[in-house]
Amino acid sequence: MTDGTIDPTVTVPRFRRGVKLRFDQTRGNFVLLAPERAFVPDAIAAEILQLVDGQRTLTGIAALLAEKFSAPLEVITSDIIAVLTELAGRGAIDL
Amino acid sequence: MSVIPAPMGLIAELTHRCPLQCAYCSNPLEMVAPREELTTAQWLRVIDEAADIGILQLHLTGGEPMARPDLPKIVAHAAARGLYTNLITSGVLLTDAAMADLLTTGIDHIQLSFQGAEASAADSMGGYKGGHARKLDAARRIREAGLTLTTNFVIHRRNIADLPAMLAMGENLGSDRIEIAHTQYYGWALKNRAALLPTREQLERATTQVEAARERLMGRVVIDYVVPDYYAERPKACMGGWGRLFIHLLPSGKALPCHAAETIPGISFASVRDTSLAEVWQNDPAFNRFRATGWMPEPCKSCDRREIDWGGCRCQALALLGDASATDPVCDRSPDHPIMAELVAQSSDSALALVPRRLRGG
Repeated sequence: MTDGTIDPTVTVPRFRRGVKLRFDQTRGNFVLLAPERAFVPDAIAAEILQLVDGQRTLTGIAALLAEKFSAPLEVITSDIIAVLTELAGRGAIDL
Repeated sequence: MSVIPAPMGLIAELTHRCPLQCAYCSNPLEMVAPREELTTAQWLRVIDEAADIGILQLHLTGGEPMARPDLPKIVAHAAARGLYTNLITSGVLLTDAAMADLLTTGIDHIQLSFQGAEASAADSMGGYKGGHARKLDAARRIREAGLTLTTNFVIHRRNIADLPAMLAMGENLGSDRIEIAHTQYYGWALKNRAALLPTREQLERATTQVEAARERLMGRVVIDYVVPDYYAERPKACMGGWGRLFIHLLPSGKALPCHAAETIPGISFASVRDTSLAEVWQNDPAFNRFRATGWMPEPCKSCDRREIDWGGCRCQALALLGDASATDPVCDRSPDHPIMAELVAQSSDSALALVPRRLRGG
């Protein structure tokens, strides 16, 4: 969070340094691995996190998910902001 | 027999050798000699087994894990198997050359411990002249390499007043995460408890300072705070529950549910020299001894928090009550809880001398 404002067309979410998303074969779900902790994202968060590549903006991610799930862009965008803001507060994502 | 859910983490004590002599060392009084340590090939095999059973994170610790010259080889192997690798080090051996070697391994995270914010007091606790300066160099190398840095400060009565300086130092060093850990009273630290346990006033001030720093650094630096449970009402869920999340390996290959478990009499522990990690996790009687809730006495057995606290800490119940299967006396629902206030009262003499860590017990 550099200046506290989020503009979906500009803001590019990134994994914090030391945070990794990987698929856990044993448990059959995605897992976010971070220093001394691990988060299991829910199904929606996992869809979002798979599209976080340090290049796509929030809108860019939303557009892909809106198409995949045939859902309105605005709804998806606000879901993405909610999920990623929460993960930013827990130190997993930079917004 | 039902299948036990896979463990999350492997805590690998690569060696008990350490250049420092901290009086709060929580390693056992009798340590594993260098000649008894697992070989490189054995560690690599264990890491393969860990990945195969679903372990996600490898925590490399000691002693000082950088005292093992094969550390880069071990880290690289774990990273190649997809494990998240975490090196827990004092940093005094993290030279430019060692950093260059580590950078080739795919290491994910380094946790660097400090004994304080000020060099002379920190070096006195560590028993290593110039150690603090070396740690500052190590922090700089880690940040310059672009690696994730946690700075760790173990606090106790003698350095707790410097907590604001430690938080500022952790921030200024560019930490991604700061860990403020009150001393836990096991191993060598238990010997020094009376000289290390902070007063309730010191603890409350420290907690307020940590909370303020958390708010100030929100979204920039994660602060983890490990409280001294002697002042708590609820016990810590030690290791997240016995045999539930972690396997802890001693340098010799002995597999424990927690690093102090060997203090418990009447339990023998398997070694990964001749038993697979999968076998240890699923079937070893030591891992089943306090697993889940079946072993619990009252008041744990009928407690609404039995799957939150998991009965607290077995080694603490043993150390304080002489009975590893008792409810952790930290819990105010334990009939033995009043003992905590007595132990705190015994620790009120600030002039008590510390016994620095020595390699041999005593």
